Amino acid sequence: MARLSYLKALQRALADEMARDENVCVLGEDIGVGVNNVTTGLLAKHGPLRVVDTPLSEQAFTSFATGAALAGQRPVIEFQIPSLLFLVFEQIANQAHKFSLMTGGQAKVPVTYFVPGSGSRSGWAGQHSDHPYGLFAHVGVKTVVPATPEDAYGLFLTAIRDDDPVMLFAPAGSLGVRGDVDMDALGPVPLGVGRVHREGTDVTVVAVGHLVQSALAVAEQLADQISVEVFDPRTLHPFDWDGLAASVAKTGRLVVIDDSNRMCGIAGEILATAAEQMRLTVPPKRVTRPDGAVLPFARELDLAVQPQQDQLLTAVQEVYKSSR
Amino acid sequence: MNMAEGLYRTMRLIRRFEERAIELVHAGEIIGGIHPYIGQEAIAAGVCAALRDDDVITSTHRGHGHVLAKGADPVRMLAELTGRATGLNQGRGGSMHAADFSKGIYGANGIVGAGGAIATGAAWAAVKEGSDRVAVSFFGDGAVNQGVLLEAFNLAALWRLPVLFVCENNGYATTLTVAQAVAGSITARAEAFGIPAVSVDGADAAAVLDAARDAVARGRTGGGPSFIEATAYRFDAHHTWEHKARVRYRADEEVAAGRSRDPLDIQGVRLDAETRAGIDADTETLMAEAVAFALDSPRPDPAGALDHLYATGLRGRDGIGLLDTAVR
Repeated sequence: MARLSYLKALQRALADEMARDENVCVLGEDIGVGVNNVTTGLLAKHGPLRVVDTPLSEQAFTSFATGAALAGQRPVIEFQIPSLLFLVFEQIANQAHKFSLMTGGQAKVPVTYFVPGSGSRSGWAGQHSDHPYGLFAHVGVKTVVPATPEDAYGLFLTAIRDDDPVMLFAPAGSLGVRGDVDMDALGPVPLGVGRVHREGTDVTVVAVGHLVQSALAVAEQLADQISVEVFDPRTLHPFDWDGLAASVAKTGRLVVIDDSNRMCGIAGEILATAAEQMRLTVPPKRVTRPDGAVLPFARELDLAVQPQQDQLLTAVQEVYKSSR
Repeated sequence: MNMAEGLYRTMRLIRRFEERAIELVHAGEIIGGIHPYIGQEAIAAGVCAALRDDDVITSTHRGHGHVLAKGADPVRMLAELTGRATGLNQGRGGSMHAADFSKGIYGANGIVGAGGAIATGAAWAAVKEGSDRVAVSFFGDGAVNQGVLLEAFNLAALWRLPVLFVCENNGYATTLTVAQAVAGSITARAEAFGIPAVSVDGADAAAVLDAARDAVARGRTGGGPSFIEATAYRFDAHHTWEHKARVRYRADEEVAAGRSRDPLDIQGVRLDAETRAGIDADTETLMAEAVAFALDSPRPDPAGALDHLYATGLRGRDGIGLLDTAVR
């Protein structure tokens, strides 16, 4: 087993796919120098026709990728901050995503939109700290949030090979995660298949992205009192409802932790689906950012808005107690 | 067939297609209405006559002319507008999204100015492949105020991409005149990015073709993007809905003056009368077939309403929550 960091896994996935398929190209701001360390070395290896340093023109280069994809390329766009996605919502939600249906299946748009550093990076304040994955899942764009190095590798590979537009959010809180990985076993991870990181029988905790690590820590902390199952959906759309149902069938209790806003968020969708279709023995809970939150600058304010591990711990205890 | 005849035949097809489509709107056979292209036919005909089958176009919400001129089958196109399963897009696109990828037609588009960056990306893909394909983006005068289009000019010029930007200046962005909407000149917007720009008479198909040939040749030989402003007059409404809403924003005299320069007559007089009459008769026959085919065609099966949502065939959950007992 070798140690692999999440960031290195992303870099390796992109490099491997570019080496495998000459139609894969990457574009974005400051990617030539590899400002996020994901594209490091690719320009020297593949040249400026496959590693395209773009001017600050998010709307144009996002639809530029759509046009290139319609013409047979498989572009990957690296967005330096998640909030840029608000600028290009038209280009993704209203153009790229809609081409297949509107043309009656004549067109496909295999673009990967990739955000290495979504969510809070501490001190980046209001316009650089959102986690807007719920917006894309809502409009129907395939949306992926890997939590571990091997999933980052495998899901990035799958996203690039997918014939539809795919959003890939790499949470800032995950970039430094390292894990023991069997390098020979690294390979594509299918969309829509969740992962149980830790089995349990009392409470199912669904954790999105970097919060998987928080959920695992809580499960460990409570190990002698409550048996917590940690379910990582890995992709938010399509969502592994069967996997969640199997977990909830064992535990009957559900807590979701998600670092995006509460109102109309993915956590709400998970709770609603569980309430409609699964057998819950007690009302579920969610730990999220507050309604409509804007992340404040000061560290203590920033942390006050993000869902925390101790809040999850309390929620799990409350859900467990209320059924006894 | 010589070029003069070809241009006229394309324009005649667009004109009669549009007139028949307007009839079908009023008859309730085309729902949602259309944005008529009547009066602007010479632009689509002239530009597309300079293109090959493998060249790419992106079009506008007023897109029938471009789609037909680039070679889409008018019969299947009318079936699309009437929402039939036999339509170009199997009834999934309608007037504003009609597309035929086998002919390089990346579709009409419902968002003003949206096609510019898409065409630029397609042009880049051609360069990356080592092909001499070009891409053409049609848009209206209203689009030159959209930021994404100006960003696309910058990318195209910076990277010398084979894209031809065709601004159809019909004087109005919906009801707002160019004078009320555009600061400075339209061609200057392109020139500011170093893109060669010309203005042509968009009622004269031969003049449009000349300009397009120069631009396409420049694109094919590595000379980068070009810009054509083609001025024309929209004879009819912005949208067929206008007649119901009784919106008034153009004086009768202005409309009459605009209609007096009919692009079909300007090109038609270059043909002998017999040839012109023959093309007109062929077009009538074709459009009669198209209308019959469209109205006789089956409507799509509602069970397939979300077919093609994903190229990979992914099916999401349906929207009936409580009634949907199966967890999917």
